Amino acid sequence: MTATAVPAVGLGDPVDGPPTTAPRRHVRWTRASLVAQVLIYVLLIAVAVLYIFPFLIDVATSFKTEPDAAANPLSLIPQTWTAAAYQRLFFNSDFPIWFKNSALVTVLVTLGRVFFDSLAGYALARLQFRGRNAIFLGLIGVMAVPGVVLLIPKFLVINQLGIYDSYAGMIIPLLADAAGVFIMKNFFESIPGSIEEQARIDGAGSFRIFWSIVLPMARPALITIIILSFQGSWNELAHFIVSTQDPSLTTLTKGVAQLASGQLSQGTQYPLKLAAGAIMTIPVAIVFFIFQRRILNASQGAVKE
Amino acid sequence: MRRRRGGIARGQTASGWLFTAPILVILGLFLLIPVLMAAWVSVSDWTGRGSPLSPGVNFVGAQNYGQVLWAGGLAETDFGTALKNNFWYVILVVPIQTIVALSLAMMVNRRLLRGRGFFRTAYYFPSVTSSVAITVLWLFLFSTTGAVNAVISWFGVKGPNWFNTPDGIFHFGATAGPAALTGSHTLLGVTWWDWLGGPSVAMTAFVILAVFTTSGTFMLLFLAALQNLSADVEEAAMVDGANSRQRFFRVTLPQLKPTLFTVITLGLIGCWQVFDQIYTGTKGAPSKTTLTPAYLSYTAAFDNQQWGQGAAIAFILFVIIIVFTLIQRFVLADKKVSRRRMSWITGAQKNDIATGIATSAIVGKDATP
Repeated sequence: MTATAVPAVGLGDPVDGPPTTAPRRHVRWTRASLVAQVLIYVLLIAVAVLYIFPFLIDVATSFKTEPDAAANPLSLIPQTWTAAAYQRLFFNSDFPIWFKNSALVTVLVTLGRVFFDSLAGYALARLQFRGRNAIFLGLIGVMAVPGVVLLIPKFLVINQLGIYDSYAGMIIPLLADAAGVFIMKNFFESIPGSIEEQARIDGAGSFRIFWSIVLPMARPALITIIILSFQGSWNELAHFIVSTQDPSLTTLTKGVAQLASGQLSQGTQYPLKLAAGAIMTIPVAIVFFIFQRRILNASQGAVKE
Repeated sequence: MRRRRGGIARGQTASGWLFTAPILVILGLFLLIPVLMAAWVSVSDWTGRGSPLSPGVNFVGAQNYGQVLWAGGLAETDFGTALKNNFWYVILVVPIQTIVALSLAMMVNRRLLRGRGFFRTAYYFPSVTSSVAITVLWLFLFSTTGAVNAVISWFGVKGPNWFNTPDGIFHFGATAGPAALTGSHTLLGVTWWDWLGGPSVAMTAFVILAVFTTSGTFMLLFLAALQNLSADVEEAAMVDGANSRQRFFRVTLPQLKPTLFTVITLGLIGCWQVFDQIYTGTKGAPSKTTLTPAYLSYTAAFDNQQWGQGAAIAFILFVIIIVFTLIQRFVLADKKVSRRRMSWITGAQKNDIATGIATSAIVGKDATP
């Protein structure tokens, strides 16, 4: 890293820099930092192109014909524009069902997590009750279990409970979100408790205090939960593989994954697959751009896992 | 007064449990009980029919673990192959994604940077998209006639058929290894020649995918940490005449240690769980070189009805993740390195006020893990 030279010299001179060498150093620093500056921008732009170009190729290819996609993989402008891939997806496939299922599950999981995470987070942060520490330790232990390890076990329980191949089996297990409880707990601990105290003395019950006083104050943390839940459940694949097999319950991730691997024999169909990928990216992209400032500036909202 | 407070506490106990009940029930039902049930299945002969708790299911001891670890059959070879594939994946992805993420964070954290928001958005965007959509895109980009090979051909080189090439990248095209590394010289049913061959070309494409999708997330973690660093420390080091390399390795990096720790831990945990990409992309092909333990555990149970083996693989994977995290914790543990490193500053300028700030800032940071 070549750091900002200006404050360095400015600060350095009066303290320890020998007066005779200071001017020469100043010139050298400036020239070096100019070159460095240009190099940094070149590097930044090159990496940005590397990170964005694949998505442009994705969208461009989805409007190409199959031979065109194979012949000109890098071109961003189709030789002949065609919306055939999108027509087939929307009017001649199960794609709309997949989209509907993903949307339904995502909305319900997000709402459920916002409510249950904040409820539990509030209790752990504010309410004095026996067993609180035990619950807290239990949550930490549960968070240590890696998700993939739970694939088979989750199927076993879902099957045992008789909710295999149902929306309940798709949605309820995804509500288990220990990390979200932690985010809410940390947030509630960071805000002053004096308002609640007042309400409590006035005789308001715990749920009333939570619902009409605390929750409205928790907007920033709730937005974090919304972003994480939306992204997490919209992009979830493994859980839907083990909890359903009925085609009418297929979500976008599962449907597109099967499209990608299952139908390779019938030609490559890249425009179709890439169109499907592009559409399933749109909702998370919208959420990302709405909350962009918040995501990119607050470390809390950043963790994907 | 006393009685009244007692009343409130009683009320809080009830609502405390009531408020946490939904989460506790869901976590218990879909996390705790599943783990216990899978533990039973991993030592049973359940074949997927009926309930694993029904009386017809028998306890078979460590048999399922033996099948994948030492029985010498296909199950062991498959597990060894999956472990080998994922091992190389971890060895490559974790360091590369950490270095890329830190470099990106250092670059976009510069105070006088135009288009900072644009760059951050560009680098983070791949992280929000679904692994399924990105894998589909990757299959196209890395196909024989894909964009990556088109770029490679600019340099007069013919690119490989990425996702259909099982050759280990460290074999450099050699097809047969020396006798000392092949034949019966195996570990978990996989020859040493194959273990040392590195990831297959197909797996390498997944390595690049992983770096592409995770570096943005970890960049944000580093960025948050960098923004919390005190500018005084950096300036103090400059005052002392440290060049930018010294400042990075001896001032900035030690302060980033807690974040580095988090990033590597999350990276390790994530990398050992590769599933979505394999399920969507290659299903373990070519020649099982993209098979991973997570995917193998799934196919063993759901496709081959070997539920005991599938559960056993899942538990072994769990142990692997814990062991790797502990090793990492041990290697990166604070052995008072920071204090020794700090002697560079304190030794140079003992009476400098800025140095005092720097020292206390760094030591203070290090004290809180």
